[in-house]
Amino acid sequence: MDAATSFYETPASTRFKGIWAWLLTTDHKRIGLMYLFGILFWFLVAVCLGGLIRLELMSPGADILSPELYNSAFTLHGVIMIFLFIIPGLPAAFGNFILPMQLGTDDVFFPKLNLLSWYLYMAGGLIAITALFSDGFADTGWTFYVPFSVSTQTNVSTSVFAAFILGFSSMLTGLNFITTIHRMRSPKMGWMQIPLFSWSLYATSWVQVLATPVVSITLVLVIVERFLNIGLFDPAKGGDPILYQHLFWMYSHPAVYIMILPGMGVISEIIPVFSRKSIFGYKAIVVSSMAIAVAGSLVWAHHMYTSGMSDTAVFVFSLLTFVVAIPSAIKVFSWVSTLYKGAIQMTPPLFLSLCFVYLFSVGGLTGLVLGAAGPDIHLHDTHFVVAHFHFTMFGGTAFAFFAALHYWWPKMFGRMYGFKKAYAASFLITGGFIFHYVPMFILGIQGMPRRYYDYLPQYAQGNFLAGFGALFMIAGILLMVYNLAITFRWERNAPANPWGGVTLEWQTPSPPPLHNFEADPDVPDYPYDFTGVTDPPG
Amino acid sequence: MTSHIQSYKTLALVLGCLLVLTAVTVGASYVDLGRLNVWVALAIASVKGSLVLLFFMHMRFEGPLLKVSFLSTIGFLAIMIGFTFWDIAFR
Amino acid sequence: MGSSRNDETGKKLGMWLFLYTEIILFGGLFVLYAVYLTLHPQAFIDGGKQLSRTFGLINTIILLISSFAVAASITAVQKKQKKRALGALAATLGCGLIFLVNKYFEWGHKIHAGIYPNSERLLDGPPGENLFFGLYYVITGLHGLHIIIGMTVLAVAMGAVAQDRIRPNRLALLENAGLYWHLVDLIWIFIFPLFYLII
Repeated sequence: MDAATSFYETPASTRFKGIWAWLLTTDHKRIGLMYLFGILFWFLVAVCLGGLIRLELMSPGADILSPELYNSAFTLHGVIMIFLFIIPGLPAAFGNFILPMQLGTDDVFFPKLNLLSWYLYMAGGLIAITALFSDGFADTGWTFYVPFSVSTQTNVSTSVFAAFILGFSSMLTGLNFITTIHRMRSPKMGWMQIPLFSWSLYATSWVQVLATPVVSITLVLVIVERFLNIGLFDPAKGGDPILYQHLFWMYSHPAVYIMILPGMGVISEIIPVFSRKSIFGYKAIVVSSMAIAVAGSLVWAHHMYTSGMSDTAVFVFSLLTFVVAIPSAIKVFSWVSTLYKGAIQMTPPLFLSLCFVYLFSVGGLTGLVLGAAGPDIHLHDTHFVVAHFHFTMFGGTAFAFFAALHYWWPKMFGRMYGFKKAYAASFLITGGFIFHYVPMFILGIQGMPRRYYDYLPQYAQGNFLAGFGALFMIAGILLMVYNLAITFRWERNAPANPWGGVTLEWQTPSPPPLHNFEADPDVPDYPYDFTGVTDPPG
Repeated sequence: MTSHIQSYKTLALVLGCLLVLTAVTVGASYVDLGRLNVWVALAIASVKGSLVLLFFMHMRFEGPLLKVSFLSTIGFLAIMIGFTFWDIAFR
Repeated sequence: MGSSRNDETGKKLGMWLFLYTEIILFGGLFVLYAVYLTLHPQAFIDGGKQLSRTFGLINTIILLISSFAVAASITAVQKKQKKRALGALAATLGCGLIFLVNKYFEWGHKIHAGIYPNSERLLDGPPGENLFFGLYYVITGLHGLHIIIGMTVLAVAMGAVAQDRIRPNRLALLENAGLYWHLVDLIWIFIFPLFYLII
């Protein structure tokens, strides 16, 4: 569109020039892009770490990593992926950029707080880097279980402090989004007209606000114990180490819903557009999103069946875990029903969304296997768990992240990428993913523990195959990034609405002007009504 | 909203009640009710807290959003403590 | 669109959301308290007896008065009584200061008596008592930190009142500072009986 009037040319404040017009911006779109830059960086770092780990595991014995380094490697991989990529990823990058536009407004409610959240995110990352030196990054696993996290000589306090700072960033983002959704929607947009990505961010934000403080205090207690040795989790001094696990999972289970809800929101946006059909069960998706947020806070101890907690607790939490699967299943039915008898237009965002539906469903079903206390006794802390959470967090959230990248890329950068390479990359990633993680289900059932740098000879074949799959996966990721990056060499001439979408972000130029909308956007009665939209170009 | 002006008299009355309740809770701590003492103390503290919440923090004039979200927060806190006791109480 | 600059309700909503995070933050510590009280009832009672009821009661009364004072300062601004507002805020800050001084003496007394994290006396004594005082230091320490933060925020609000940036129709900064202070008072309302009055 008219290149001279996009937000790239027009900073939020004329006081700042050059790099400062970005580092001191309050424009939600610039902040979203700054987050995106950080998030993609950390994702690639963590992918490399994962590659290192799987390379080490491809053959028995120590190959490229010592046992100590291996422990720090998987801890770092987990900490980065969870606190620097998956939890902030969709909300901070795409939520910041897209949410105000979907609501028909010009920014979030607290723009300066938004910038602060970004600085906290960057600070958390930098603090994590400092933890790499001298005594080395924590070797406890990202779960920092006591007593090892209190006694080990590695830089646990610094690592944990980084996570604490990142938690602050997450809380403030959630606070900002809730206030934005309540107070800044276009006056013509009622609650039942809010697009599903925005709804998913609303549900996510409540979990961010209410659950994150639990991990904040838990991490503070780890630092306190390391320095003061009070003994709050030390049996020799009266404490109970299982209480640490309760506190830790009280956040970290709801955290997985922070991770997946925005992903589900993205899929709920993409599938209707490329089925040319309104989403099936809009209300059900809204209600199930809020239900997931609520029910997700009731099941944390399903991570603790073998910890030594009471049998009653095992029973109760297992029962509730089966309940929380229901609202997620409702969404899968809605997406599939939307596709049914739709006019399907295959595009990279749709392809990635379909992969999401399959991979997340596998992840969810294997979650039920683990949620059942009986099988979990055998599968806890095996590679089955590793496969399960990679299917949900990678096959789920990360794939939704890729889908969001491909869906909103033209809007954010004013350029359309090549489809062929996008499909090739997606295919490579998905194929590699399956070869990488399915062997882990089998290895887990066969009894291979997780977080071990070595294993018994009978697991060698599975690990080799998994490493092989990783190669294709990583190749696919690199191709995907390359395919998107080369668009910056091209002209910025993407249309306002290349996909024929009906949510408000498509009613503005690509990329948008500073205040998002040139004229007050037209809010449809129902957000997914395609009757008025003609076929999209190309 | 902020258009509601609470008179000094109202605020002083609330403070008065809070001080009385403080005396009550101290007094209750001299009466041995065994395991019930904690619950009595929590109940009195909750009444005091409600006075601070409703009057000093203005909650009685707020809309459903703040009322519901506040209660939800307390609800989550109750679950945090309560559900941990599925473990602790049955070991 | 873009009316956030003057949306007092929105600013208040943001503040309440932040207060919720603080409630849950302390909530995690109360989870530990609830469990350990249940597991070590007698040790908690014995521990509680060693805390000074006088200090605890005085601090409780002081915080309640300070909450009254900050609420009164808002009424004063609404009634355009600027001097009274500043006086009330000064009183609030004064109460906070007295609270901190009391805390300093309380802690000093305990440390002098050999009761501090990982002290010999606590390690040699019953484990329940170690947990009681461990939680005492962590919770009152975190609470004290929030008193300092609250006083800072109130001082900023007081400065704004003095410069006429707080007006009857622009109360958000003062109201929100007040909300934060009331929360700190609220948390103490629960800390007092749970640590000082258990029998």
